[in-house]
Amino acid sequence: MGRPLTITEKIIQNHTDLSTVLPGDIVNARVDIALGNDITAPIAIKEFEAIGIGEVFDRKKIALVPDHFVPNKDILSARQAKVLREFAKKHDIENYFECGEAGVEHALLPEKGIVLPGDLVVGADSHTCTYGALGAFATGVGSTDLAYAFAFGELWLKVPETIKVIFNGKPKKWVSGKDLVLYLIGKIGVEGANYMALEFTGSTFKHLGMSDRFTISNMAIEAGAKSGIFEPDEITEDYVKGRAKRDYIFYKSDEGAEYAKILNFDTESINPQVAFPHLPENSVDINEASAKNIKIDQSVIGSCTNGRIEDLRIAAEILKGKKIAKYSRLIVIPATPDIYRMAEKEGLIDIFMDAGAVVSTPTCGPCLGGYMGILADGEKSISSTNRNFKGRMGDVTSEVYLANPAVCAASAILGKIAGPDEVA
Amino acid sequence: MIFSGKVFKFGDNIDTDAIIPARYLNDSSEENLRKHCMEDADESFSTKVSKGDFIVAGNNFGCGSSREHAPIAIKASGVPVVIAKSFARIFYRNSFNIGLFILEADTGGMDNGDILEINTDTGEIKNKTKNTVVKAKPIPKFMSELVNAGGLIAYAKKKIKEGKK
Repeated sequence: MGRPLTITEKIIQNHTDLSTVLPGDIVNARVDIALGNDITAPIAIKEFEAIGIGEVFDRKKIALVPDHFVPNKDILSARQAKVLREFAKKHDIENYFECGEAGVEHALLPEKGIVLPGDLVVGADSHTCTYGALGAFATGVGSTDLAYAFAFGELWLKVPETIKVIFNGKPKKWVSGKDLVLYLIGKIGVEGANYMALEFTGSTFKHLGMSDRFTISNMAIEAGAKSGIFEPDEITEDYVKGRAKRDYIFYKSDEGAEYAKILNFDTESINPQVAFPHLPENSVDINEASAKNIKIDQSVIGSCTNGRIEDLRIAAEILKGKKIAKYSRLIVIPATPDIYRMAEKEGLIDIFMDAGAVVSTPTCGPCLGGYMGILADGEKSISSTNRNFKGRMGDVTSEVYLANPAVCAASAILGKIAGPDEVA
Repeated sequence: MIFSGKVFKFGDNIDTDAIIPARYLNDSSEENLRKHCMEDADESFSTKVSKGDFIVAGNNFGCGSSREHAPIAIKASGVPVVIAKSFARIFYRNSFNIGLFILEADTGGMDNGDILEINTDTGEIKNKTKNTVVKAKPIPKFMSELVNAGGLIAYAKKKIKEGKK
C-alpha cells in the first residue's frame, strides 16, 4: 500500500506514468476530453497551427461547442464561430455541435455522455470544473493550454491540495445546490480555495440530485478552486448509464487521505442565499436580502449553473398562473436543446410565456454580458448565473445579484428580490 | 531580465471582466484587446499606459473567466510584468503560457506612479520612488523554464524538434 490518495490525486495519477503523486507536484497528465468554445477556441486554434504538428491527437477526444455568442450576435462573433466550424471540418472533430444541437457546453457534455466519471478533462472555460459532479477531474485552462492538449493529448498540471467540504442534513424547501455553494463561498471567500481542489461529501447529497451537484461543482471556481469533485455513487450511476458510450471508472478517496482542511456545515440551518454585487462571496440569507427591498429590472434563469430541466421545473412551479411585475423582464434560457424540448413537452414554456417571460434558445448570452439580456446603466438583475462582477452583465454601473431559480422566479413576480414563500 | 517602469495600482479581486470585458470578446485581435484593457477598472488605462509600465494589484488578481484575452490584453498594452499579492490560478498559468511575467509579492508599499526596477531572475523589486526593496516569491522551476522557452507554444515546438513525440 502506497500513500493514501484523495479521489483527485488518484485520477491525476492514473493519467500519468507515475507510481504516486503529491500535492504540489507538476505532472504531465493525459487528457480524456479537451474542450473549447467560440470565445476561447479561436485563439487555441491559432496557437495549435503555430505548433505546426498538423494533426490533432485524437479527433474523438476534442469537444468544440459554440455557445457564448451563438446563434451569432454580430459579424465578429460569426467569424469566431466560423473558425471553430472550419477547424472541426478539417480535423473531422467528432464532438462539434452546430447551433440547433449545441447548448451551454457544461450542460451539454454531461448530457451527451461525452464527459464521464474518472475522466481527466481540461477546458478553455473556467466553468469546466462542472464535471467534477460526475467524479471526474475537470479544470479550466487557457487557450494556449488547449492548443497544447489538442496537439499532444496531455497537459502540465500542478497536483492540488484538497479541501474536504461536508454538508450534513436534509435541505429545507427551496434550498438547492446553488444555495449551498453560495453559502460556502460566503464562508471561505472568492480566494478561499485558490489552487486547491474542493471535495464535496455528506448526507445532504442523498437528498439532492445530479443537477444540484453540477451547480455546486460549477461554482467551485468562484472560490478560486481548481476543481470541485464528488465521489460518484448510485445517483451518478443513474445519470451516466444510458448516456455513456465508453467505459468509465468510479474513483473514491482512500481512508487516511490527507486534506489541507476539512469544513463541516449543517445544511438544515441554511436558507436560500443571495450574493450581492460585486462578488459571489457576498452571500446573505434570503430573508435579509428581501428585507432590503431591492427593486430589480431583470431576472435571468439559465446558464451552466442553473439552466437544467430541474431548475426550469422549480421556476415553473413558482411562476405557474402568475405574472411578472410590470416594467421588469424575465429571461429563461434552457441550457440545451434537449432541455428546451423537455420543457416544452412538460408545458413549462407555456407557463413561462404566460407569465410574461421571454424564452431564448440555448446560449451563455447574458451571463457574461454577451447579448440577450444586457443591462443599461444603473439597472439591477437577479440571476441564476455564477458571477456578479462589476459590469458583468452590461453597463459598468449595473448590478447582478446571484440566487437559485426559485428566488429568481419569485423576484420576477414581485419586481424586487424576494423568496419563493412570498409569492406562494 | 530587468524591467523599469511606473506603477498602475489596482485593488483586490480584479476579475477578468474588468481586465477585458466580455463585450469585446467577439474580436481576439491584440489591437482590440489592448484598446479595452482594464476598461471596467480604469476607463482611461489604455490611453495612459506606456510600454514598460507595470500593473500592481492586491489579492486574487485575474479571478473569474479562463479567457486568455486578459493576459494578452495586458501584454499587448506593453506591460511586461504584473505584480500582485496573489493571483487566481487560471490567469496565473495563462500568463506563463503566453510569456507574461507574474510576480507574487507584498504590494502594500507600491503606489500609483511609483517607479520600479524589477529583476525577474532574482525576484527583486526596487521601488525607486520610495527607496524600498521587496522580494517576490520564487517562481517554480517548471514555470521559469516555460517563460524562458518563450511560453508553452515555443516549449511545444522544442519538444517536437527533440522528437519526444
